[in-house]
Amino acid sequence: MAEHENGKISQRGSTRRVFLKNSGLTVGGVVLGGALGSLLGGSSEPASHTAPAAPALTVNPAEALMFFTPEQYQLTQAAAERIYPKDDNGPGAMELNAAIYIDHQLASPWGINSKEYMAGPFYKAEETQGSQIRILRKDLFLLGLKSLDAYSSKKFESNFIDLAPEDQDLVLTDFSEGKAPDISGVKSTLFFNLLRSMTIEGVYADPVYGGNKNMEGWAMRKFPGSRMTYTQEIQKEQFVKLDPQGLNSHMSH
Amino acid sequence: MATKLPKVPVVVVGMGWAGGIVASELTKAGIKVVGLERGKDRNTSDYAMGHDELRYQHREELMQDLSKETITHRNNEKMRALPMRDYGTFIVGDGVGGAGSHWNGQTYRFLPYDFEIKTLTDKKYGANKLNPEYTIQDWGMTYGEIEPYYDTFEKMAGISGETVELYGKRSNPYPTGPMLKTPIMNMFEKATKNLGYTPYVIPSGNLSESYENPDGISRAACQYCAYCENFGCEYGAKADPAVTVIPVAKKTGNLELRTHSNVIEILNDGSKASGVIYVDTITGEEFEQPADVVVVASYVFNNARLLLNSGLGKPYNSADGTGVIGKNYCYQVSSASSMMFFEDKEFNLYGGAGALGIEIPEFVGDNFDHSEVNFIHGAGIRVTQYGNRPIANNVVPKGTPSWGAEFKDQSIKYANSFFPVKSQGASMPYRYNYLDLDPTYKDAYGKPLLRMTFDYTEQDRELVKYMSKVTHKIAEEIGADIIDTNEKQGDFNVNKDTNTHNTGGVIMGSDPETSALNSYLQMWDAENVFVVGASAFPHNSSFNPTGTLGALSYRAAEGIQKYIKEGGSLV
Repeated sequence: MAEHENGKISQRGSTRRVFLKNSGLTVGGVVLGGALGSLLGGSSEPASHTAPAAPALTVNPAEALMFFTPEQYQLTQAAAERIYPKDDNGPGAMELNAAIYIDHQLASPWGINSKEYMAGPFYKAEETQGSQIRILRKDLFLLGLKSLDAYSSKKFESNFIDLAPEDQDLVLTDFSEGKAPDISGVKSTLFFNLLRSMTIEGVYADPVYGGNKNMEGWAMRKFPGSRMTYTQEIQKEQFVKLDPQGLNSHMSH
Repeated sequence: MATKLPKVPVVVVGMGWAGGIVASELTKAGIKVVGLERGKDRNTSDYAMGHDELRYQHREELMQDLSKETITHRNNEKMRALPMRDYGTFIVGDGVGGAGSHWNGQTYRFLPYDFEIKTLTDKKYGANKLNPEYTIQDWGMTYGEIEPYYDTFEKMAGISGETVELYGKRSNPYPTGPMLKTPIMNMFEKATKNLGYTPYVIPSGNLSESYENPDGISRAACQYCAYCENFGCEYGAKADPAVTVIPVAKKTGNLELRTHSNVIEILNDGSKASGVIYVDTITGEEFEQPADVVVVASYVFNNARLLLNSGLGKPYNSADGTGVIGKNYCYQVSSASSMMFFEDKEFNLYGGAGALGIEIPEFVGDNFDHSEVNFIHGAGIRVTQYGNRPIANNVVPKGTPSWGAEFKDQSIKYANSFFPVKSQGASMPYRYNYLDLDPTYKDAYGKPLLRMTFDYTEQDRELVKYMSKVTHKIAEEIGADIIDTNEKQGDFNVNKDTNTHNTGGVIMGSDPETSALNSYLQMWDAENVFVVGASAFPHNSSFNPTGTLGALSYRAAEGIQKYIKEGGSLV
């Protein structure tokens, strides 16, 4: 099931590339970013939703990019989907807008490590001493994306987004195990761990952050979100299923 | 140059439980207090959007800003210490209420055994039970002496619980009854009773019923909303200095609370303090606050660091075991848990409270015979229900990948169908585990960071091995479909371990050669300096530290009043 769904995703990526090529918006096969790339945002997005097209203006205004280029966004979507794929349980990271979440977080003070100790000197750490790198999260993430494509090209002669899901998994496995090349002196594992933790956050954090679309991430695991009391429920032998509520339900208090 | 302010009777550094209790007691007695807090002022209205797992738990909203100050860590003296650059292990509070705002509320007393651990261990097992490099020592105060202060703290905070026979004698029952029992707590209760143990509901600072304390503070009962640890309680049900002692101190008119005020030095001549230097963290301006009495009541790490940076007290030296400041830093050992997965059961684990749980007393302290084992003390074996938030709780059976299709499927399958039998173990002090100043790294104000040299000891590892068998046996009796038991304590990892109970560094005792403070938490080396907090514990028990910290804070408040009247060293 998962593979089937992800086959579709991969195909979607390919379709977009075909469209780009045919429309002449590439130079030597490289998709152009910048102004040209952004022209395409509107045309490629509706195709990625299986639901009947809703009127465009009711779309959540938070579904826009503050940090990534559209290409970086799509690559992040594809990678996050492999961390948390669509399956019989429900939507995957892509439909849950985990990549929107990641975009917004990398644009936030967290993306520039604002609450972390960043003073030098930097030394190589023992395994028990935590990360000792100077590179900011926002930079590590972008370098990681580049490296993802470079490694995919080396291994499979294709960009990550165009690979079959099984091959994408092989690439990500190499990153997770530190077998992919270091990224500006940093183990590929570190980028992978960032991608993994941000994807999990993106599917399960309150929707106010841009992910967990329609609280479907919560619904899949029967998590009711944020309520004021569970005094009754916790005493019950039977499972009590409640519809999820987000932080916006607290705005009336 | 620091601006010199008019002298005050008492200046308190830090406005968490320790500083809040001291401020409350002194101001009620009519003594003027200036409270300096590096963070911001806070109360329940700050938590209207508090049920936000990302912001509070994973982005550490209430915690110390590590860009300004952190610790450095090394596992042993051969390693180079490096800064803890982001959070992974212990979390450190910040702002009015301190760690008392974000704590879970589990409020134990330490055992009579804890206070006389050296004497009792030698008596029962002989002087060679432990290698002499384990620097256990008596506290200079017995359980009988500290008991009234525990009672006062529990009444102030409204602790909910039930009397446990195997623990120290109580002068009064808990002021409020125990928390509710949930199905997973019932399962633990039944299993442990079958095995011959005597389970009890964990004592809780999350109120089980509405309560008015002796200071006239009324609070409502806990709603089991599941947002305690890392979070503030928007409801005021969780005991927090910001809803108990600090409002009482404010009401007297005798507390002047200055927030955004980070103390960087205690001014002293080696035997007496004359005041403190602090920085306004917003403007950067420095002030000198002269005072008759200086109360150091910040977190464990900063209490030790402030003394070391001020040249107050003799720094500990691991080479010859002399000196006291930085000595006997202890953590806890929590590895010996057994995770249980159920195929056909779902529990309402989305609800809960920080101090909701059930535990057995048979494996703590010297409640079991240690003749045949290579360690002393023990662990609280327990099941808790804090409320499983979805980012933090993606637990899957051993062997499941940590990402991808199988991970997603298993983590969703078991989202409401797993819970662990946990083990929270005591940590014994060790000659080569200590705190001192880092030679390289500095804080935002140019002062050296605190360096922690710490790793688990053989004693800790033996304890974990033993307790893992206990948690496994209970898990089997409960009858889970899959049981994953963690049998080994690995090396301490500053970025991974998640127990947040740090103790020691400025310890109490009866001998100025081996301790920094007397039983009033007054410094042996400087009679007008009191250092209050879990930094005073000579070792760490298996219990959460706040109850003992609270009791010692009341003891210190009494000592400070005595000192103001009589002067001199109090014992």
